[in-house]
Amino acid sequence: MKKMKRPDSKLNETEVKQNGDAGGHLSVFTNVHTAAGSPEKILLSAFKKDTNPGKAYLAGREYYSEDGKTFELRLVRRIKQQLSADPTTRPEYPSPLGLTEFTRRATEVALGKSSRAIVEERVLGVQTPGFTAAVRLGAELLRNWYDHCAAWCGPVYLSSPCDDSLAGIFQAAGIQDIREYYYWDDQQRGVCLDKLLEDLEKAPERSVVVLSASAHYPTGADLSHNQWAVITELIMRRRHFPFLLLPPQALCYGNVEREAWPVQYCASQGMELLCAQSFSHCFGLYGEAVGHLLCVLKQNSLLLSVQSQAATIVKSLWAQPSAGGANIVATVLSNPAHVVEWKEEVKHIVERCMLIRELLRERLRLLGAPGCWNHLTQQSGLYCNTGLSEDQVEFLSQRRHVYLLPSGCLNVSAINGRNLDYIAESIHRALTTSL
Amino acid sequence: MSIFGEVPQAPPVAVFKLSADFREDSHPQKVNLGVGAYRTDECLPWVLPVVKKVEKLIVEDSSLNHEYLPILGLPEFRSASSKVALGDDCAAIKDNRVGGVQALGGTGALRIGAEFLRRWYNGVNNTATPVYVSAPTWENHNSVFADAGFKDIRPYHYWDAANRGLDLAGLLDDLEKAPEHSIFVLHACAHNPTGTDPTQEEWKKIAEIMKRRNLFVFFDSAYQGFASGSLDKDAWAIRYFVSEGFELFVAQSFSKNFGLYNERVGNLTIVAQDGENLTRILSQMEKIVRTTWSNPPSQGARIVSKTLNCPELFAEWKGNVKTMADRVLLMRDQLKAKLQALNTPGTWEHITQQIGMFSFTGLNPKQVEFMIKERHVFLMASGRINMCGLTSSNIDYVAQSIHDAVTKVQ
Repeated sequence: MKKMKRPDSKLNETEVKQNGDAGGHLSVFTNVHTAAGSPEKILLSAFKKDTNPGKAYLAGREYYSEDGKTFELRLVRRIKQQLSADPTTRPEYPSPLGLTEFTRRATEVALGKSSRAIVEERVLGVQTPGFTAAVRLGAELLRNWYDHCAAWCGPVYLSSPCDDSLAGIFQAAGIQDIREYYYWDDQQRGVCLDKLLEDLEKAPERSVVVLSASAHYPTGADLSHNQWAVITELIMRRRHFPFLLLPPQALCYGNVEREAWPVQYCASQGMELLCAQSFSHCFGLYGEAVGHLLCVLKQNSLLLSVQSQAATIVKSLWAQPSAGGANIVATVLSNPAHVVEWKEEVKHIVERCMLIRELLRERLRLLGAPGCWNHLTQQSGLYCNTGLSEDQVEFLSQRRHVYLLPSGCLNVSAINGRNLDYIAESIHRALTTSL
Repeated sequence: MSIFGEVPQAPPVAVFKLSADFREDSHPQKVNLGVGAYRTDECLPWVLPVVKKVEKLIVEDSSLNHEYLPILGLPEFRSASSKVALGDDCAAIKDNRVGGVQALGGTGALRIGAEFLRRWYNGVNNTATPVYVSAPTWENHNSVFADAGFKDIRPYHYWDAANRGLDLAGLLDDLEKAPEHSIFVLHACAHNPTGTDPTQEEWKKIAEIMKRRNLFVFFDSAYQGFASGSLDKDAWAIRYFVSEGFELFVAQSFSKNFGLYNERVGNLTIVAQDGENLTRILSQMEKIVRTTWSNPPSQGARIVSKTLNCPELFAEWKGNVKTMADRVLLMRDQLKAKLQALNTPGTWEHITQQIGMFSFTGLNPKQVEFMIKERHVFLMASGRINMCGLTSSNIDYVAQSIHDAVTKVQ
């Protein structure tokens, strides 16, 4: 790491008072080293420095519209205007657990209105400032209370691959034992159930298993209903604890209920579970940090205590969540007419993603790109795994200025009418050029 | 068998329980002096006019992108926030050794700062570094530092109950005796819950010892502008320490002075020794934020940033803040005057000597219980009242109730 000398680093008496320099003392932070940037950050940095006019960034997290920008749902814009003109909104501290109307709707959206767990009042919903915060809260709850005999410290099983920030979140909550279970298979270009089951079978009893309910990040490969049935049977038999992730709900099929099916299925089997949700994607509220942690308990007698523990944890993390985005979501979800309109707008997003997948698959076929590309259209949502190797991904960024995640996954919404041909051509070249 | 089967009920948070009890009370003259939020003379929350204006501007602005904010937050918010705390002409800012981390309110800023210190201060992952918080202090200070991993959290002398003022001798003694490199959480102004701040001369004494003994300064600044009505006056202590060359943290909250309680707008200002240190520190801060909330919410930060960065809006905001501060000062004057007029036993000078939202009345727990049960005036067991809960309609009743409590209950 290069140490830069300030031009006027030589201290002299007259300068000391003015600069407020500590004067010769070592900084108390001399042993702080620069943190390694996350892979995403490094990638984005390289992209920004790239001067090639045809460059394309396909590793982003947000949904991009046809003109290459993130956008606001029309309905959301209208509601923001209504809310800003509303004289009754009160500036006071929300409850640590968030807006009641929001948690109620977020819970319903995940479990379905008539869920037995809701009716039996054994569901806790906590509004959190975003998806990461929801995962963090869940991790903290698990660590504090999983095993009342001793402070339980894992293991937690994450899919391979997964969002590279997940391990860090569990570790920050004090859980050090993080392991992987087999998920994406390069050969099959999809989930390899056998190896997945093998890993979960071998896992110590009462492990926490983090599963993507839909729109798996970063591969886009989801589990079928049959696969869920088999996996949950194993989970129950091995007494594992499921922690489900539901980040871009509704963005896969445009159908909120369909994407929440795994959550509803697990709940219907009588399982206890945690589920981290995000409303950033499906409401275009990226900047608003609207997340939710769902906790389905086995008995309603536990609800108050778990709720009080969640509030205690929240109090020293962020005290209360932010109201803005949650207000918007609650306003939409509690009004049937708004819901219809919202679903319509989301449908457009979903259809566009599907169209891009079809077009990309078709282009690759026409170019004669080696390999099978059916998985592009068999899977859905924002992300897909091209199956490109690390070397091929590097070729794409270095020589073609097309940036994918190191795992070979890409965000399909960043592909549009202007860059589709170039990207398809680039993928073809990456596959056929000997490296 | 539920995995949560043995989870015990956590004790309720005192101030929330107080508010809940208040809500359930049906007495027509009930008064809530517990909550820590501003109220108008009609006892309503107040949306600052400048905030209303700026919110509209933001909603109408079609050029705003709707992406995730960077992990460290909105850049123009962070720089404007640090500037408002440290002053426009701050040499440390000109030296490029000041940085900010947008956080979820003051609590979020404290937590990120605490997590960083636990990992990187006084060694690596040194959970044994003593953390000193004032006696008394905002109750959440303990939880934030404990949950960040610190094992040794201690009180430092602060409130002198007998004299209803600052226990300077005790405080200075604790500073002298604290192990080197201990962390001290200082309230920048309007101490919560006592409302008692050190004078400028007293701050200088505190700084001298802290510098000599290499103690770490962590300011909690939740009331800038709100305490005296002047942003500069309320930031004097922070600016003095910075001019004395300290490396320090300031956890800022914009909940009170912008009335943005529900948007969770905070900033952790970092004053480092030099730009290179700052860069490394911010890189580690980013890692910590990444595993806590990853990307902060933008709404509140945009409102604050727009206001602070535009001269007209900034002037309007200062006016709004002064309005709030002035009302509090008025209530202080009136309460003291009424107690004196009633010849209530004891001295009541401290009511106008103390500053900010809160006042430590000096009422003992029995008297507090009397106030709540017999008079339906709700205040914290410590005797702390929120001056904002007083209005022209209820101040006579409250003064009379305090008088009754002091004369009837010992």
